[in-house]
Amino acid sequence: MEIKEKLIEKILLFIALSSISILALIAFFIFGEGLPFIWKIGPHAFLLGERWVPSHGEFGILPMIVGSFWVTLGALLLGIPLGLACAIFLCEWTPPLAATFLRPAIQLLAAIPSVIYGFWGLVVLVPLVRTYLGGPGLSILSGSVILGFMILPTIISISEDALRALPPYYKAGGLALGATHWQTIWRVLIPAARSGIVASIILGMGRAIGETMAMIMILGNAVKMPSSFLDSARTLTTNIGIEMGYASGSHRQALFATGVILFFIIMILNSSAIVLSRRRVE
Amino acid sequence: MSHAKTPNVVEMRKRIALNKTRDYIFWVIGLLSTLIGFVLLFTMIIDLFIDGFPRLSGQFLLSYPSRFPEKAGILSAWVGTTLVMIVTAATAVPLGIGAGIYLEEYRRKNWLTHLIEINMNNLAGVPSIIYGLLALGVFVYFLKFGESILTGGLTLGLLILPMVVIATRESIRAIPNSIREASYALGATKWQTIKDHILPYSSGGILTGMIIGLSRAIGETAPIITVGALTFIAFLPSSPITPEFPFLSFKWLLDPFTVMPIQMFNWISRPQKGFHVNAAAAGVILLFMTLLMNAFAIYMRYKFRKRIKW
Repeated sequence: MEIKEKLIEKILLFIALSSISILALIAFFIFGEGLPFIWKIGPHAFLLGERWVPSHGEFGILPMIVGSFWVTLGALLLGIPLGLACAIFLCEWTPPLAATFLRPAIQLLAAIPSVIYGFWGLVVLVPLVRTYLGGPGLSILSGSVILGFMILPTIISISEDALRALPPYYKAGGLALGATHWQTIWRVLIPAARSGIVASIILGMGRAIGETMAMIMILGNAVKMPSSFLDSARTLTTNIGIEMGYASGSHRQALFATGVILFFIIMILNSSAIVLSRRRVE
Repeated sequence: MSHAKTPNVVEMRKRIALNKTRDYIFWVIGLLSTLIGFVLLFTMIIDLFIDGFPRLSGQFLLSYPSRFPEKAGILSAWVGTTLVMIVTAATAVPLGIGAGIYLEEYRRKNWLTHLIEINMNNLAGVPSIIYGLLALGVFVYFLKFGESILTGGLTLGLLILPMVVIATRESIRAIPNSIREASYALGATKWQTIKDHILPYSSGGILTGMIIGLSRAIGETAPIITVGALTFIAFLPSSPITPEFPFLSFKWLLDPFTVMPIQMFNWISRPQKGFHVNAAAAGVILLFMTLLMNAFAIYMRYKFRKRIKW
């Protein structure tokens, strides 16, 4: 009996360890392929090089970093106000019965595969942009709009949780001082739930930076520095997604190195979101 | 606010009216933003249905991809998706539940478990394409599994593992300590307590997490593309059931494959209109599958929450 108990504990510990060793594996394999490459061509040339021509041995990922930056920024410009307004509305103004239906609907929104968002963007949004705003249509603008909608569920559900976790006397206190409902929300509830809301934005940002398929379909994937929001662009993720299928040699290493940069960015974002949400609990 | 004068009633009424209008304006803004999301979702689904529904037929489900849009179908795609999901579930479910149990029931506070904890939270946010790179490094180059069902399934299994772990932990944590104490008081060992009480009571939550994880894996494309499975597959993997003695064959694990979202992506990338219709039809089926799984998961969660009262 004793031995069996010990054995089961050891087995479970082994399982737990093997599932976290994924992170170690990621680090080992991706860094093992990517870091020596960055070292070889120099971090400066890799990060700030403006030309990506694998066939000529030119590996500069600045256009992709800039592309990722603009698309994410655009997505946040759309996603933050819309998501926050929606979270506030769900938390403060929606009758409980309606909220019990709306909340699962938001979960469903999060469950839609990214190829379907991409399809919709390609079939509906891209022609609209091309007709009314000009340019190729496959552009940062189209990508940002789709991505903005894709990060909505993340922002809505986490900031709503943050608002809901506030003690009820915050709101009561605000209202008792004669503030209107909106004033209470704006001056009391939102500042109090700030760290949770910021965490939701950071996680949404992480999701936006990491999105691949929809971006491959909508952004147009041109490797050049985008000069306007109607230009097509390429992100760090789409760079890997498009070229990995046929890459070999130093081209493959360069793509792994792109993954290293992406991994760093995501780790920084995740850790700050975790720190923020921990502060909320305390 | 001056104390010298009596408060100007007209002024104050005006301010109150202004504040009320402002309240109302923000209410409208909130309502509109909430509606935009849902209206968009509905137009998206309806649009997809209008484009794809006429194409749905038995022939579409039972044909291989083809150069001719009207002859093409998704047979190899849905068979591939099913087989990959079997491997995914077989990877993620035992690992995820085991890790979840360990972290909630056995864990001692030390640096190792702290490390596990931090890693789990971080893993959940790693973009799927990074898992693709990992799979390429480990399964394709190192273990030489090739661009096979095994590689695809293992990759997606790792991808959803954090979700299964988190769901397991949350539902185990919801079980009150009195249950454990009652079990120990009756002389049960730790493992007996877990096997006979903790696991059955948390099974609803675990199942929910598992289904949501699998529904995410079904729609996931990026890691599979990275592994190199973006190819034209007009045949089925070898059958898992054989007429001769062992009756089971695992040769299919090493066969090349395609999955629903990749087939859809493939068709969208073609210039002909006919393939776009096919893509929409494949999208309808894919969307139907994920929404159905999620709705089922939400229903399960609701049902279990209602049934169990501590």
